[in-house]
Amino acid sequence: MTDAAAAGETDAGRTAKLELDSVVKRFGQRTVLDHVDLSVAESEVICLIGASGSGKSTLLRCCNLLEPIDDGAIYLDGVDISEPGLSTDPIRRRIGMVFQNYNLFPHMNVLRNVTIGPMKVLGQSTAVAQVAAHELLAVFGLADKARAYPDQLSGGQQQRVAIVRALAMKPELMLLDEITAALDPELVGEVLDVIRGLKQERMTMVLATHEMSFAREISDRVAFLDQGVVCEIGSPQQIFNDPVEPRTRQFLQRVIDAGRL
Amino acid sequence: MTTPLTRRQRYEQRTKRRSFAIAAASTIVVLAAVVVLLPMTSGWQKVRHSFFDGSILRFSLGHMLGPFWYDVQIFLWCAPCILLGGLSLAFARNVRSPALFPLRLFSTIYTDVFRGVPMVLWITLIGFGVPGLLQSRNLGRAVIWGSVALIAAYSAYVGEVFRAGIESVHESQRAAARSLGMTSTQTMRHVILPQAIRRVVPPLMNDLVSLQKDVALISILGPVEVLRQAGIDKAKFFNFTPYVAAAVLFLCVSVPLTRTTDHLLQRERRRTGATAVR
Repeated sequence: MTDAAAAGETDAGRTAKLELDSVVKRFGQRTVLDHVDLSVAESEVICLIGASGSGKSTLLRCCNLLEPIDDGAIYLDGVDISEPGLSTDPIRRRIGMVFQNYNLFPHMNVLRNVTIGPMKVLGQSTAVAQVAAHELLAVFGLADKARAYPDQLSGGQQQRVAIVRALAMKPELMLLDEITAALDPELVGEVLDVIRGLKQERMTMVLATHEMSFAREISDRVAFLDQGVVCEIGSPQQIFNDPVEPRTRQFLQRVIDAGRL
Repeated sequence: MTTPLTRRQRYEQRTKRRSFAIAAASTIVVLAAVVVLLPMTSGWQKVRHSFFDGSILRFSLGHMLGPFWYDVQIFLWCAPCILLGGLSLAFARNVRSPALFPLRLFSTIYTDVFRGVPMVLWITLIGFGVPGLLQSRNLGRAVIWGSVALIAAYSAYVGEVFRAGIESVHESQRAAARSLGMTSTQTMRHVILPQAIRRVVPPLMNDLVSLQKDVALISILGPVEVLRQAGIDKAKFFNFTPYVAAAVLFLCVSVPLTRTTDHLLQRERRRTGATAVR
């Protein structure tokens, strides 16, 4: 998967899984995304890196239609999902999203957190949804936590439940917004292992992350965002070893100086 | 086998004993002052005779149980209606659809008007006004329109409590629910509302305690509930003790209710994790 190939497909018939075409997002006077182009192929893993405030989270939230975009278009399987007035619910159920602060439902136990989506949105019966949920929880080492409430779990466990909750909807792609940023360092590993597992299952994923070595390991491509612009995009080897843009170099130098790479 | 106490434990034991002794001593002093000093005031004999007549008190407590049960009944049918009305008002104020704008406007004005006028006035206005308007004997029962007035006014207060609860649930919960593909109605029903209601239980209980007492205001419309019965008995005995008996009956209900509220508040505080700071 090279940029050239991805860029080439953009113009011809939009065969990418997810595609952002010149997306603009403003909050008041501030332009948070400034004509962003990005194309994510089926089964591709793309990491978004960049300083806080560079627009990584906003980009993910726009893809899930949690934020309406001001200009440009977003395509899912070639269909424009950013059309104003389009019903957002059927689109969102195809996209899984995991948040930095887990956002589990605190008044429901783990099992209910995982089954509520399939039951209420996909119309599955309780029995069917629970069997599937137990299977998924077992895969992610949470089998004994089904009856626990979120506040009885560690941060790492909560985040794994949040990932399971998204997976229970059988999403076509996953958006992961700095999912390890709120975790204690010793808990980061267990969550990253889950993502490694998803990559093996060939899940299409877009991650915003500060974990540079993880980004280097798992990405098919890495996109560096700076001030709402995709400043540079390429293979992890190219971005981390041989960045072209001066701003990318500066950013990576700061990361190295902080001992994070 | 006893392990020797740590320095901290010895200190806490000493402090605890001392606070207990001080609390006991001060309570005894205050009680003694009341018992000794009160009978020394010049009007005490008269007051005791007209407010605390033992035999009238005993008679009244038994005699007014019936009328007081009437108050409790009024409370019991008003409370669910108020909770429902309040919830509807909270929803109405949260609607975003332009077609429903009149509903939002109405609920806003309604809340302002019903919270802005004293309860006694609403009971008088609705209790005497509506039956006069309808000119119907069947629908003219005072207790019905008194209840309607209570429900109408209390719904406005309770609606604000619910609204505050709904708004206190963090936006990220909505984002999580919507990202699963839930509709806004499903999000409200399964994610926002259950959390909101848990949070507002203590303030709701507060309003219910208050309602339980305000039921007595219906007496101005004529039904013989406990306050009116006390008035009748007062005239019969030329003695105010029936009012004291009524007060005792109200306390029998409102004190347990208040204690439950405190207990719920404390549990909520424990659950949200903050420890008391000395």
